[in-house]
Amino acid sequence: MNLIILKPNKENLQTYLVLGIVFLSIGFIDIISNSFLNFNITGFLPSIISYLSPLILGILGLHFIRIEYSGNKTLDQINKNLNSSNINAILSLIVIFILIKYVPSLLNWAFFDANFLGNTKEDCTGNGACWVFVKVWFNRFMYGMYPDAEQWRINTSFLVLFGSIVSIFVLPNKFKKYIILFLLFIFPIIALNLISGGIFGLKWIETGAWGGLSLTFIVSAFALIFCFPIGVFLALGRRSDLPAIKYSSIGFIELWRGVPLITVLFMSAVMFPMFLPDGTYMDKLMRVIIAITLFEAAYMAEVVRGGLQALPRGQYDAAKSLGMGYWRMHFLIIMPQALKLVIPGIANTFLALVKDTPLIFVVGLLELAGMIGLAKTNPEWLGMATEGYVFAAFVFWIICFSMSRYSQNLEKKLSTER
Amino acid sequence: MNLKTFSLDLKNKKRLIPQVLTLLFIVLLISYFTFNAQVNMDNRGIAFGFGFLTQEASFDIGFSLIDYDGSRSYARAFLVGLLNTLLVSVIGIIIATLIGVTVGIGRLSSNYLVAKFAEVYVEIFRNIPLLLQLFFWYFAALRALPLPEQAMNFNDISYLTVKGWYVPKFIWTNFSIFIYSVIAAFIAIIFVSKHAKKQREEFGKHIPSFYIGITLLFALPFLSFLIGGVELEFEIPVLKQMSATIFNFRGGVSIIPELMALAMALSMYTATFIAENVRAGILGVGKGQKEAAASIGLTKAQILKLVVLPQALRIIIPPTTNQYLNLTKNSSLAAAIAYPDIVLVFAGTALMQTGRAIEIVSITMGTYLLLSLSISSFMNWYNQSVAIKEK
Repeated sequence: MNLIILKPNKENLQTYLVLGIVFLSIGFIDIISNSFLNFNITGFLPSIISYLSPLILGILGLHFIRIEYSGNKTLDQINKNLNSSNINAILSLIVIFILIKYVPSLLNWAFFDANFLGNTKEDCTGNGACWVFVKVWFNRFMYGMYPDAEQWRINTSFLVLFGSIVSIFVLPNKFKKYIILFLLFIFPIIALNLISGGIFGLKWIETGAWGGLSLTFIVSAFALIFCFPIGVFLALGRRSDLPAIKYSSIGFIELWRGVPLITVLFMSAVMFPMFLPDGTYMDKLMRVIIAITLFEAAYMAEVVRGGLQALPRGQYDAAKSLGMGYWRMHFLIIMPQALKLVIPGIANTFLALVKDTPLIFVVGLLELAGMIGLAKTNPEWLGMATEGYVFAAFVFWIICFSMSRYSQNLEKKLSTER
Repeated sequence: MNLKTFSLDLKNKKRLIPQVLTLLFIVLLISYFTFNAQVNMDNRGIAFGFGFLTQEASFDIGFSLIDYDGSRSYARAFLVGLLNTLLVSVIGIIIATLIGVTVGIGRLSSNYLVAKFAEVYVEIFRNIPLLLQLFFWYFAALRALPLPEQAMNFNDISYLTVKGWYVPKFIWTNFSIFIYSVIAAFIAIIFVSKHAKKQREEFGKHIPSFYIGITLLFALPFLSFLIGGVELEFEIPVLKQMSATIFNFRGGVSIIPELMALAMALSMYTATFIAENVRAGILGVGKGQKEAAASIGLTKAQILKLVVLPQALRIIIPPTTNQYLNLTKNSSLAAAIAYPDIVLVFAGTALMQTGRAIEIVSITMGTYLLLSLSISSFMNWYNQSVAIKEK
């Protein structure tokens, strides 16, 4: 037999394979018994070797099965993707060991040992997560202090918003314009009046009671609707050849982009009231939406400017040669093309906006993260911070991940269309 | 610009009117706000001014890099906050770069598991709001650490507890000489590399400037210990019993949990964006470049150093600086977990005590604006200096 330990070859494929699998399985048995049975089968060795033994055994095992063009498809796949060199073998083993060590305990905490039944903290008896907390507070997490009986108003507003966005994609182009106009100008007024009430016999609900995830959506939807036109005008201003307009736009954009949102919110809370005439009062939520709108408008302006810059000069020249003026050229020729280019950028800005909304806690508005902060300090539910924040993180992750995937797909689609 | 031509030329009027209107609008808006602010402040009996900065602050700050107590001025409190902001930003930037570069390269690994692992990391941490991650680390993860008496022990020199991370304190004698030796080493390195470049370009001689540089960097500070009279001692934290049931560590340096949570959240979050930049940068270097370099006989290390990295860095650096700026701005979330940064100390406590909203908010925003503008103008200068000079 021509067995060379250092250089596994194809002639003795079977032997090497058996040898490698034996080493690998001893390594895996070692780490599994270590993690779950609290028993160290290599305990007789010096501590550092015993600690590293699964890794050493694994590397040896993987070394033996690293045979190029063995003819065995599975083996070739494994070698190509996980085991192409000693360094890759070590990395693969480390990743696998981390997964073996932490994933089961994570699953146990979140699902198998978790408590789903019951209505009080005392019902949580296992070692796992206490999802009862989330279940009991779910309504508050979604709607804040908004009265239960009136929650249909928030739901209706969001259904209308969702419905009109879907209809933009479904209905023929003829109606698109009207739906967008409706969304930009009429819907905000209807939704605001429906949610706050005070007219048509609807009960008045002050903005202090608004909260939870719905507030996240209210703030980000309104800020998006308002920041879009401002951003478009700022982008045009920044590219203008009139110096006064150009430099005031640059100044405005760079001012907002240079400061953190939290200081802008502070400004809206403590400094802005000083600038209003004595005796006038502006609602806290309104001030926050204005602040976030101005802040995001600066970012939106940069996104739109990117689209404007990407358009070839010929488009401007062609429009001018048709005798179009500045506004007709921009709104009939340039903007429709530029905005189409930057749809992914707009989606990304909206994504950033949604991720920024939890910051409104600094002025005392409680959206999802803020409501969890409130719930975890409730004397009956102390020690539930982990469950609460994991739940909020999960909710935000679903929203943001799907949005980022959507914008990535759009980007791909648009880049191939051109 | 000549005003006369403006008033006479009809074509220029078309340019003049919108500009005048814009300026008029801005001036009117500002004067309206100023007038209201004046009335409001008169009614409340406050006079606008920055004189309060020299007054006694009379509040304490839990964590400070410089000497501070309640008898110091508001200006000093501002400085403490600013330094704390800079501290957490620098720590965050270093860790975020390390994680980001590792994960970014990992995403391009030929190893399926490593690439997938890196991708999952990026997708999870990029899509959760930073504030939630911060809350998670601070209220959930770090609160689960053991009490001082059962502290996690790292080789008897460092201890991790729920009250913070205790590490040995460096006690220097003649610290300034040590710093001078480090500076001298850097100056020597610059000279050596310039000389090496000259030799290489004029005579084709190769001088191993990299190894000489590393030797210098260690040798000069080492010499300062031998003959410069520099000494370094460590003060190791020790567990002391405060009362019957309360234990705590004394001595050493305590890294407070707020700082740990903030640095962790900032760096884990920003690292995802840096990883994407690194990935885009490496993918952006054409395959032909590497093949061309290999075909003229460069070694693998030379290809990486002379061909791939210079081109990849040109793609990576501008968006990464943007991320560094974002990290610095995001460090203002410190206010949410009571880490005494500039927002919490100045726009929080100091504003509450003095009631001077306009001055304090403007100083805070101005500081951030100055930070951002100086970093971005430095980066613009740097970008221009590394940009490809087309002939």
